[in-house]
Amino acid sequence: MALSKQDIEYVAKLARIKLTSKESEELTEQLSVCLDYFEMINAIDTSNIEPTSQANNLVNVTREDVVNENMSVDDVLKNAPEHFEGFIRIPKVID
Amino acid sequence: MKKIQPVIGLEVHVQLNTRSKMFCSCSRDYFNSEPNTKVCPVCLGMPGVLPVINKKAVNLTILTGLAFDCSISPISSFARKNYPYPDLVKGYQISQFEEPLCIGGKISFMLNNEISEVSLERIHLEEDTARLIHNNSTVQDSSLMDINRSGVPLMEVVSDPDMHSADQAIGYLKKLRQTLRYIDVSDADMEKGSFRCDANISVRYEGDKTLGNKVEVKNMNSFRSIHRAIETEIERQSKMLNAGEEIVQETRGFVDAKGITVSQRSKEQAHDYRYFPEPDLPPLFNSDLTISNLKTSLKELPNIKSKRFEKQYGLLSEESELLASTKQTADNFEESVKEYQKLLKNNTEIELAKTVANWYMGDIAKQLNQISPDAELQDTQVSPRHISELLQLIHKKQITVSSAKVVLEKMFNNEGTPSNIVDQEGLGQLNNTDAIIEIILNVIKNNEKAIRDYNSGKTSALGYLVGQVMKETRGRIDANEASQLLIKKISEKK
Ligand SMILES: [Zn+2]
Repeated sequence: MALSKQDIEYVAKLARIKLTSKESEELTEQLSVCLDYFEMINAIDTSNIEPTSQANNLVNVTREDVVNENMSVDDVLKNAPEHFEGFIRIPKVID
Repeated sequence: MKKIQPVIGLEVHVQLNTRSKMFCSCSRDYFNSEPNTKVCPVCLGMPGVLPVINKKAVNLTILTGLAFDCSISPISSFARKNYPYPDLVKGYQISQFEEPLCIGGKISFMLNNEISEVSLERIHLEEDTARLIHNNSTVQDSSLMDINRSGVPLMEVVSDPDMHSADQAIGYLKKLRQTLRYIDVSDADMEKGSFRCDANISVRYEGDKTLGNKVEVKNMNSFRSIHRAIETEIERQSKMLNAGEEIVQETRGFVDAKGITVSQRSKEQAHDYRYFPEPDLPPLFNSDLTISNLKTSLKELPNIKSKRFEKQYGLLSEESELLASTKQTADNFEESVKEYQKLLKNNTEIELAKTVANWYMGDIAKQLNQISPDAELQDTQVSPRHISELLQLIHKKQITVSSAKVVLEKMFNNEGTPSNIVDQEGLGQLNNTDAIIEIILNVIKNNEKAIRDYNSGKTSALGYLVGQVMKETRGRIDANEASQLLIKKISEKK
């Protein structure tokens, strides 16, 4: 198995997801299957290939520093579960 | 006891002087805006949107790299830095990891009359986060989000762990801020949050090769608080080291009111940002041509300008540094010298510059300081040309130096040009010898005691008498001349 239960619990902690012990076990198995599948890629010999994160060969895609219209506050706040005086209101977070 | 060596590295986040944001066309001018009014689907982190790199932000970062002798990466790319916090709308920040725009480099500045050189690790480009407000009195159970700041171009300047005192760290930061303002990369204003500094601090015994566990200190919002935070943290760690205690690698926040650093336990867990290449942004290829064009556009840097002032105007190095401390002061000073030279063609530039420099460092600085510590002539109605006019009036003996100080003050109070003020206030210098002698004789007559004192050898009495003449003439007579005439007339009377 590619993953241990500890791996799953660590990733869940980083992602702020609360898992029950049963869920952790289930996910350990399911995600391990996925990772095992991707293990196949490691069979390819890449020793002579430059690493890349791009498949389209584009470079230097930039824009000029120009300001355009932005959204109205009303539209912005439409997606917020709650708002207050133009701010998006969320459960209290402490640094 | 073995001597302890503090080791300090600084991370400075700088908001760039662009019009639009880093990856979208929203205005980056969030400072005076109503919440959530400078927002679009890209900086709001909507699914399916496509960020596009702001070219100006890239150029400003490269420009900064060139100013500090960094090597500019021929290939540079962006990466996703993953961490869940509400100020990060996407759940990741677009930053740079393996291929930053600038690598290496150094910042040089004067520290206790010696050149201090601090090496840089890298300068990279990223996006700022949203602003959170935690203490609104009406909604105490909530935090409030303003997305306006999300996506503002942010440049991070990372030094090597190369500094050893709070003074050195402040010298480094001041030179960084000064240069960024000189080359128009940022307004670098700590109060407005466009220049923010975190400090990595560790201690070790002098001579040790390995570094001690480092503590990251945050929440400092002025040079004063940075200085205090560094000293406080060095002291805390030094005590622990001497007591043989283990220093935990952690993040601590500086509490300004108490002057202490406090562990931020919620962030104690080791950072695991799971960086990976940003698939939405193709890499940047920085050609030699682009880099050399930017290099050409680089304006005269503070250290170089200050050296030129020493040579060109025959000034002392401290004087040059003071006059070159901001680009505006330097420009104003040079403009005044130029205008002064136009008015007085027979004098050498060095002669004139000396006078102009003294006024800029003395009375003009004093007037500006009364407005604010950062005030420049540009914030007033007084122009560099007006300054030259004022100095010309002194040179031509149309006003005395002490009257000129009065005129200058009135110039800063928007009471007119130097000549206007002199006319309005009747401050023209008394050059008519008969009139002056009459005043002097009157002063001698009315101050018998001082004359007796002077005649009996109390030379300090002369100062008092000169003061009386200045008072009678409202400073309209040259103090030296008054003093000489007094001596002459007193001896004639004996
Ligand atoms: Zn936007």
